Amino acid sequence: MVFLLMIHYIVLQDVSDELDLKIKKYLRGEGANLEALKDKKLKGQLSVREELFSKSAKVAAKADKYYLQIKYLKISLWLVPSEGGYLEGEGIEKTWRIKQEAISKEVDILSSRKQFDIILPELGPYTLDFTSSGRYMAVGGRKGHIGIVDMMQLSIIREFQVRETVRDVAFLHNEMFFAAAQKKYPYIYNRDGTELHCLKEHGAVLRLQFLKNHFLLASINKFGQLHYQDVTTGSMAGNYRTGLGRTSVMQVNPFNGVIGLGHSGGTVTMWKPTSSAPLVKMLCHHGPLSALAFHSNGNLMATAGKDKKVKLWDLRKFEVLQTFPGHANTLDFSQKGLLACGTGSFVQVLGDLSGSHNYSRYMTHSMAKGYQIGKLTFRPYEDVLAIGHSMGFSSILIPGSGEPNFDSWVANPFETSKQRREKEVRSLLDKLPPETIMLDPSKIGTVKPTKREKPTQKERETEVDAAIEAVKDKKMKKKTKGRNKPGKMMKKKQEAIDKVKRPYLEQKLKEEEVSRKKQKISEEVTLPKSLERFARKAAS
Amino acid sequence: MKVKVISRSADDFTRERSNDLQLLSFLLPLSEFVLCSFELIKRVFRNYDPSIRSQEKAVEYVRALNAAKLEKIFARPFIGAMDGHVDAVSSMAKNPNHLKGIFSGSMDGDIRLWDISTRRTVCQFPGHQGAVRGLTVSTDGRLLVSCGTDCSVRLWNVPVATDMESGGSSANSAKPISVYIWKNAFWAVDHQWDGELFATAGAQVDIWSHNRSQPINTFEWGSDSVISVRFNPGEPNILATSASDRSITLYDLRMASPVRKIIMMTKTNSISWNPREPINFTAANEDGNCYSYDSRKLDEAKCVHRDHVSAVMDIDYSPTGREFVTGSYDRTVRIFQYNGGHSREIYHTKRMQRVFCVKFSCDASYVVSGSDDTNLRLWKARASEQLGVVLPRERKKHEYNEALKKRYKHLPEVKRIVRHRHLPKPIFKATSLMRVMADARKRKEERRKAHSAPGSIKTEPLRRRRIIKEIE
Repeated sequence: MVFLLMIHYIVLQDVSDELDLKIKKYLRGEGANLEALKDKKLKGQLSVREELFSKSAKVAAKADKYYLQIKYLKISLWLVPSEGGYLEGEGIEKTWRIKQEAISKEVDILSSRKQFDIILPELGPYTLDFTSSGRYMAVGGRKGHIGIVDMMQLSIIREFQVRETVRDVAFLHNEMFFAAAQKKYPYIYNRDGTELHCLKEHGAVLRLQFLKNHFLLASINKFGQLHYQDVTTGSMAGNYRTGLGRTSVMQVNPFNGVIGLGHSGGTVTMWKPTSSAPLVKMLCHHGPLSALAFHSNGNLMATAGKDKKVKLWDLRKFEVLQTFPGHANTLDFSQKGLLACGTGSFVQVLGDLSGSHNYSRYMTHSMAKGYQIGKLTFRPYEDVLAIGHSMGFSSILIPGSGEPNFDSWVANPFETSKQRREKEVRSLLDKLPPETIMLDPSKIGTVKPTKREKPTQKERETEVDAAIEAVKDKKMKKKTKGRNKPGKMMKKKQEAIDKVKRPYLEQKLKEEEVSRKKQKISEEVTLPKSLERFARKAAS
Repeated sequence: MKVKVISRSADDFTRERSNDLQLLSFLLPLSEFVLCSFELIKRVFRNYDPSIRSQEKAVEYVRALNAAKLEKIFARPFIGAMDGHVDAVSSMAKNPNHLKGIFSGSMDGDIRLWDISTRRTVCQFPGHQGAVRGLTVSTDGRLLVSCGTDCSVRLWNVPVATDMESGGSSANSAKPISVYIWKNAFWAVDHQWDGELFATAGAQVDIWSHNRSQPINTFEWGSDSVISVRFNPGEPNILATSASDRSITLYDLRMASPVRKIIMMTKTNSISWNPREPINFTAANEDGNCYSYDSRKLDEAKCVHRDHVSAVMDIDYSPTGREFVTGSYDRTVRIFQYNGGHSREIYHTKRMQRVFCVKFSCDASYVVSGSDDTNLRLWKARASEQLGVVLPRERKKHEYNEALKKRYKHLPEVKRIVRHRHLPKPIFKATSLMRVMADARKRKEERRKAHSAPGSIKTEPLRRRRIIKEIE
């Protein structure tokens, strides 16, 4: 009895610990430091606000609580949200040795139907895209075959032949519309395959991406031009030359809407529609980039280069976290953070199994020999990886890749047409302006920090003195005979001091010049009209 | 090998019958458990995880901006005018016992009872010879007291609600129960909140009872005429008056003489007690400001409410005590927070002339103004409020929008939209002129201070500057 009680106690302890973790997640960062405030009224108001936030975080965390109880007390409550998938090896069994056939034997019939291979050898290589709810898939064959598939019913909604090259397909905000990058221009079709628009301004597009919060269709064309088009109004939101050559490596960072492009020089550039220069330009590989993917939390980027390396980057510090050997033609992060790499006919899924951004092998899958994988995409809210390859498209099960609980008001796989229409209106009302795309989206809704004032004369002097002192104290290296004379040493030291002083002096000169110019302008202005002709002309 | 994959059977996630509800967000205030079971019925599944909502902060900001814009779009405060008087409306009274009725008296001696819902005259009370200066209704809503420049106080029976509805024609007219003629013209009248006394103001303050033909008590302090009187809603024996000698005086009926008096630089036209904090009152001043006082501490105003550009003629508190409405000689009506230095709202129309009297309705959702152009005007207290029955989902949406606006009110874009009010040109000009004058005065004082011995010139805060002295 005591033993049982103890277990119960430990379990409860665990539950409360996990609840704290969840609350932390929903708090979205630390609250304001109220101790530093002097204004009592403001302090009171803010403390009320903070309390409200913590309360709402607690309520949100409690929604997960039922789930926790199930996990620990093994009570099967049918009220709870569903639990995520997993794959664990027993004994010395390795997860990456487990074959898809073995998995299909263990899972239910409904799930085993999600493994399939569609062989369409004539029209290949195929590219894929899912709607945000993961219910519908668009497939585009290079030879002009376009189709929309309902993945839940496993039925084709529409397929048609455009009789020209199709390089990419992308859904717009819902399954009613999609864009296809064809030989000369991208086109927008509706679900029935009716051509609605031809976007001639984009040119011959290689890759298409849709930013669903902003209703922007982004494309990169053969000449390395990046276009942003607002699909609600049809206006061009941005049109920039990257100047880094032709590339077909483009991915939207779902966290902030910034577009990442991988170039043949090994650089990755990040773009927003309101600036003509890239926000970030980083050298990632010694060789052309072949694939790029962003984690949904915005902190992680995966790149693959032709230099036979796959790298994981920390986007907060722009540093490499991990490097893996091997090629990858395509990369994709799942909702739960698994990373799929595809090369040749081989798929490898890396997982962050320890939870500390330390990726290691999780699952592998080999297709029939000769298949060339072109595109890997995880299906949202499902444990499914879709593969577009040269002989058609396939789908395999990757347990633990999808988010198990969907939110009906964010992305609902079981959406009715009425709900879809209502959601379309809502999302149009919440459409974000292109200015909200920035590297750190948490800055929106905050106050600009006050400008740092200019350092005073005294501060500047002390700074210069400190710099000179630092140089003076430096020990000189012993040189060979003849170059070590005290005179030469003195001269060298003086040179070093001058070098340190130089930037300060230059700045001073510049400021003086600016003030002189200002004075000149004001002098000109103050002269009355009748006297202007006597004013001294500027030295020419 | 242990394996599990996400598997959702369509039966668990779609409704069984087509008439099952899909969205029932009005159930949200229910307890969690009930909510959970309801959510299963309606097939709505929530996951509050921030990672599935990208750019949520930007989305929220855009929503706040939209909420601010919507508020502006729906801001249609004017409901209608009540036309009927043939001269300027000089006084109004609301019936504390009946929400729909409002009394108004005009400069030609006409008194009317209006039905606010139909905006028609229900009953007329003829009899006064000159202007009706004061109107008040007893707390039980049965008795109307009017007084005017014809030196008479008249008591009237208020018609019962059922009579009001049946008799729609304006031909309905009542006869006074009693008429008391007194020595001099009256300027104001107010009924006690709890009891059967009422006070009139004129050359002196007289306290009357319902069934006496002569005042039972008379107060006098100074020689100038008293122009407004208001009983305290909390303590029935205390009243405040203002007089044309620029004074505000507090009286206690239990004492033989007035209690306290302050003299300000300009005349106070009207006084209103805060019904929720009955120790505080706000005085509408001739200089265009309103001054909130704590009646225990009259040497300094608690708050100065600025914005009117001309004399404030009348003031009335909302029954919630959080807001009050003022009518001004500058042809505008403004609504202030009880502790706000500037107005929350300004109402004006092209045809509205000098506003002489304003009232907040007893349910705090409407404002009535009476002006020189012989009309009473009915306004919404919250300009963009949705009238009529509000569905729970609509109410939730309104609340959400309010919360968003509150959260982002400091950001320049939202602030600009929320604060902006279109002003009539003369008021806009007068405001900027007054700002220039205030700046000049301030500059001058700063210079004077800088050039005199330190500490010899003290800057009085505005809360104290307009008060000359306090007399006990």
